[in-house]
Amino acid sequence: MSKLEVIRAPERTHDAEELLRINAPLVTEWLVEFLRDEMIRRRGFHRAVVGLSGGVDSSVTAFLCARALGAENVWGIRMPYRTSSPESLEHAQLVIDQLGIHSRTIDITPAVDGYLQYEPDADGRRRGNVMARMRMIVLFDLSAKLNALPVGTGNKTERLFGYFTWHADDSPPINPLGDLFKTQVWQLARYLGVPEVIVSKPASADLIVGQTDEDDLGISYHLADQILYFLLRGYRVEQIEEMGYPREKILLVKARLESTHWKRHLPTTAMLSTTSINDYYLRPVDY
Amino acid sequence: MKIRVVAVQFKPRKGDVEHNLDRVAGVLRQIVEEDVPADVVVFPETITSGYFLEGGVREAARTREQILEALVKRYLPFARPEPLDVVLGSYEVWHGKYYNSALYLTLSAQPESCRIVHTHRKFFLPTYGVFQEKRFVARGRNIEVFPTRFGPATVLICEDVWHSITGAVAALKGAEVFYVIAASPGRGFHGENVGNVMKWQQLLCNMAEEHGVWVVNAGLVGFEGGKGFVGQSMVVNPFGQVVVSAPLMKEAMITATIDTEEIAIARANAPLLADLEAGLADLLIEMQEIAAEQHARYRQ
Repeated sequence: MSKLEVIRAPERTHDAEELLRINAPLVTEWLVEFLRDEMIRRRGFHRAVVGLSGGVDSSVTAFLCARALGAENVWGIRMPYRTSSPESLEHAQLVIDQLGIHSRTIDITPAVDGYLQYEPDADGRRRGNVMARMRMIVLFDLSAKLNALPVGTGNKTERLFGYFTWHADDSPPINPLGDLFKTQVWQLARYLGVPEVIVSKPASADLIVGQTDEDDLGISYHLADQILYFLLRGYRVEQIEEMGYPREKILLVKARLESTHWKRHLPTTAMLSTTSINDYYLRPVDY
Repeated sequence: MKIRVVAVQFKPRKGDVEHNLDRVAGVLRQIVEEDVPADVVVFPETITSGYFLEGGVREAARTREQILEALVKRYLPFARPEPLDVVLGSYEVWHGKYYNSALYLTLSAQPESCRIVHTHRKFFLPTYGVFQEKRFVARGRNIEVFPTRFGPATVLICEDVWHSITGAVAALKGAEVFYVIAASPGRGFHGENVGNVMKWQQLLCNMAEEHGVWVVNAGLVGFEGGKGFVGQSMVVNPFGQVVVSAPLMKEAMITATIDTEEIAIARANAPLLADLEAGLADLLIEMQEIAAEQHARYRQ
């Protein structure tokens, strides 16, 4: 009797590039519509202010705002501190020049140092938080002056890692990139034509000289995004390990994710009634 | 029988029922004034208020009589001589409960002829991920087929058609045209189109082809708190082919003339509905056994 050919299902492997691939033109179309709808139709704002750090997230945000609102309605605000890298300023200028948006440069050094002179022993973390919060004071004040809406630039990876200053970077009322992992922001940046020097440089919060995100976090964004992809879907550590990811990296990502849920919420309020806001009294943000 | 159908997608103003009814009437006025071919005009799920209301359902819900009255008042000043049927979605208050409902109405130049033909209350309420419907509205209890001026029809809402059994019930009860209204927030951006748009097209085409029915779908558009509704309303023929579709996210209306005589041709080519009818008695016993087993399992 002749034997039958055996056709086996391929081994379950994960193509890392494929896993987080986005249709960048479609995402662009969607986010442009998001900005128009949430800013103009829902909130009545035709202008945006974006804090331009010279990094890829704020660059992509500025590109999207320019597409959605027109370059003449976008203000790119550079807010250097005296220790900020000069390269950051130059890269932000590349975006301003390429898009033809308005720009403003506000040196936050006097304001930051004005406070820190009373706290000279503040460590790098505290100083970084003061800078981030000062930048939001500037951004919100200029938004009031220009009758514009501040647009957030935080990506999903940093939100999941809690790698931001609470009530600072996360405070603008709308955010187009918050559901895109860092590696997806890079894809979008390349599609939009963000200068390659910005896309390919190591990501940095630029709060301390020589700082990079990947050194701070202890993991590359490529690896972190893939591990987050599976953790968010409910896969256990052992299952992710079986896929070939290093256990110590999975645990690192999991620990950061699970210790920062509070940063992704509003402040905790003591509930005393059956009309407690956001517990019982539930109305959506745009109601 | 030929039916001229129109599916409309526009962005409602959140929670502002009066304004949104004005817009519904505005679309009807455009149809009348521009002589857009229309026997039945279909508007999306929760077009009177927007979809994500949470506790705001209490403020936005209306009785079906209130909705009819409000629309008739707006329609009469420009009413055309022949009647116009309208399908639209709204949060509804009925017998002391809130529902996510769809009304099939007939409007006429004579106020006494304006009437509610049918009310469908959403049977499957999505309550997972971004959806919270069971928290805020009650579930409808039936899937009905009702007579219209153009033959038997059914109305289903969003998740109702994600379960193939719902379409099967409506087809077995004799529906020839399925009016499907939806509010589907976009998610999944790695493929050639938004993930749920592709899923919707697959669902509607499968349903139309399996039962040999026409499907007229109207989908909500507009962003609500960062969640964007896809729109892409479509009309599908009984062979499972999309005959016209609206754009992604944008406000628009689509029109098509559907011919119910094609139903017989489609069913002769693929007599799946007849096969289902033939096996129905056995299937019913299977279903009853499943229900009994599930009930018993929870008693252990």
